[in-house]
Amino acid sequence: MPGRVLVGVKRVIDYAVKIRVKPDNSGVVTDGVKHSMNPFCEIAVEEAVKLKEKKLIKEVVAVSCGPQQSQETIRTALAMGADRGIHVEVSGKDYENLGPLQVSKILAALAKKEEAQLIILGKQAIDDDCNQTGQMTAALLDWPQGTFASEVSLEENQIKVVREIDGGLETIRINTPAVLTADLRLNTPRYATLPNIMKAKKKKIANVKPADLGVDLTSRLEVLRVDEPPQREAGMKVETVEDLVGKLKDAGKV
Amino acid sequence: MFPGLSGSRGLLSLRRSLIHSRYVSLENTARKAAVSRVLSEFRSICGEEGVSLGEAVREQHGKDESVHRCRPPDVVVFPRCVEEVSALAKVCHDHNLPIIPFGTGTGLEGGVGAVKGGVCFSLRNMDQILDLHPEDFDVTVEPGVTRKALNAYLRDTGLWFPVDPGADASLCGMAATSASGTNAVRYGTMRENVMNLEVVLSDGTVIHTAGKGRRPRKTSAGYNLTNLFVGSEGTLGIITKTTLRLYGIPEAMVSAVCSFPSVQAAVDSTVQILQAGVPIARIEFLDDVMIDACNKFSSLSYPVTPTLFLEFHGSERSLEEQVTTAEEITQSNEGSDFQWARDAETRNRLWKARHDAWYAAQALRPGCKAYSTDVCVPLSELPRIIVETKKDLLESKLTGPIAGHVGDGNFHCLMVVDPNDSDELQRVHLFTERLARRALAMDGTCTGEHGVGLGKRALLCEEVGPLAMQVMQGLKESLDPKNLMNPGKVLLKGES
Repeated sequence: MPGRVLVGVKRVIDYAVKIRVKPDNSGVVTDGVKHSMNPFCEIAVEEAVKLKEKKLIKEVVAVSCGPQQSQETIRTALAMGADRGIHVEVSGKDYENLGPLQVSKILAALAKKEEAQLIILGKQAIDDDCNQTGQMTAALLDWPQGTFASEVSLEENQIKVVREIDGGLETIRINTPAVLTADLRLNTPRYATLPNIMKAKKKKIANVKPADLGVDLTSRLEVLRVDEPPQREAGMKVETVEDLVGKLKDAGKV
Repeated sequence: MFPGLSGSRGLLSLRRSLIHSRYVSLENTARKAAVSRVLSEFRSICGEEGVSLGEAVREQHGKDESVHRCRPPDVVVFPRCVEEVSALAKVCHDHNLPIIPFGTGTGLEGGVGAVKGGVCFSLRNMDQILDLHPEDFDVTVEPGVTRKALNAYLRDTGLWFPVDPGADASLCGMAATSASGTNAVRYGTMRENVMNLEVVLSDGTVIHTAGKGRRPRKTSAGYNLTNLFVGSEGTLGIITKTTLRLYGIPEAMVSAVCSFPSVQAAVDSTVQILQAGVPIARIEFLDDVMIDACNKFSSLSYPVTPTLFLEFHGSERSLEEQVTTAEEITQSNEGSDFQWARDAETRNRLWKARHDAWYAAQALRPGCKAYSTDVCVPLSELPRIIVETKKDLLESKLTGPIAGHVGDGNFHCLMVVDPNDSDELQRVHLFTERLARRALAMDGTCTGEHGVGLGKRALLCEEVGPLAMQVMQGLKESLDPKNLMNPGKVLLKGES
């Protein structure tokens, strides 16, 4: 039976915010913009806390990689019921270049250091939509993976995972230790309530540097340019079907 | 465009509109000329995209979710900040153009209909959440912020704004109509939860009803201007900011359902639960007709008899106490089939019947429209008024399943009516008047939460009496001497 679960939580721009591209097209505007925990990470935390409440696991450790503000995200996980947090400090240029490859190296190193038997992540982050960190982490650790999980049941030494796939649902059974990634329908995350937020202030968040874990943060990717989607143009009214076909031909659609 | 000729009109109303139009055609012509003169001024204030004459846009802004027909304004403007609202209002004031504030259009009393044409101020672009103070439990929002958007924003703080009228309404709009909801029995209505307002008056003056930026939890400073504007339905000013009281998200929730042999038994249980000091969060009543509709609509199998839906908020321990006390009380009133649930999924299943009530009522007679009555009486009168109302429904051969916020003495008959059956429409109209008068006779009100709007102006006079009406009229004349603010609503005098 898994004792310790690592849950990755990412600080992203809040889902309700209207995203704006920086005037120099180097990225999106993040200054002064509301940030919160990635919604799929919330689902991952909820699942881990539920497992602990059912007494199927012993400890939930929330991990976040990022600048100082990532601690707020860890605090939210603690308010939802995680026992302690680990903040892997990454800031400046390193943070701009931080992606699934670097994060999965960090998580793999932490899993070994903390002797975790289960890692639960959100299936993807809503800012980059990569959907890679869970899979890469499992590969680095040579652990089985249950991705797009919509149902998780812990058995003797295995985990039964129902996965959401294009054709419907797929049920697999994997050995522990393992990596799971949470899909939308896995659960409904609880709200952080005031008493729990107060209790969370007393829980510990450890500070770790990537170098301490022996992780190289060099990125293989370079962002060339970020553009907004094309502006929606005004529609046109036409009088006859011939007009419509003519206009469609002009636009090269027919 | 003459006000009576929008969309597809029946011949009878066309003739009526033409007669009406003959008398007001001069007024309309003058107003339309004024509108074209001010268009360039509007555009210079809120930009080209901020002014719309499009027919579809005007129609969207001339109706809400009531049965009142669409009354489109002459033009819709989209200000982006209070300075623009003030400048636009000044222009309207100088040219005597009616001003109709518009939030989300989710009202139920025709409050946004432009009965005398004019300028609709659509406030949806002012959508900032400002000044959140979690330790003080307050937040200030602009009119474009809806209650679901605010609660999503607040979710990490452990706070929420509990007033829940069902629709995802604009919070400033909720302030304007003094909205309420299923949670009122525990958390109150907008009247109790609005601390301060920023209001633009008909001449463009901007005031802060409790003083700029002020948010003490209580005050006895001066006249209560904040609550003057709460419920004024856009007839005294345009609300451009509201400061709201927030509450802690409940640690845990439990939902329960219980059936009763009679309306009296259900209401007695409600009264006793409240008197026992149980801080119940929601207590909703569905009559047998409503439960039957819900069973059919949602494939449920609740006993077809008066039913209470209850919800408790609190810590784990206090919930146990609350549920035990409530269950004992219902049992002592011959309540049966008491079911309760703790986790979100089962709770939602239990309450599904109540959530779908509006649609279940309409599904009783496909193709029909639905209209909700809204009377509210002292709790002790509730059994009598419901019994008399059900008798009236049977005698008038009307479909009107009942759902109510029993903890407040407020209930809604969801009248399902065939829009093409003018006899039935007339019977519904007379029924709702009798119902309102029945409530007034029992020391109640003709509108517990929906507002007066277009349809209840005469009933308001009966309810408060001529002397109080004179005071209301005096306030209106003092704040809006030209009667430009949402004409034709709330007060009878000064309509076309």
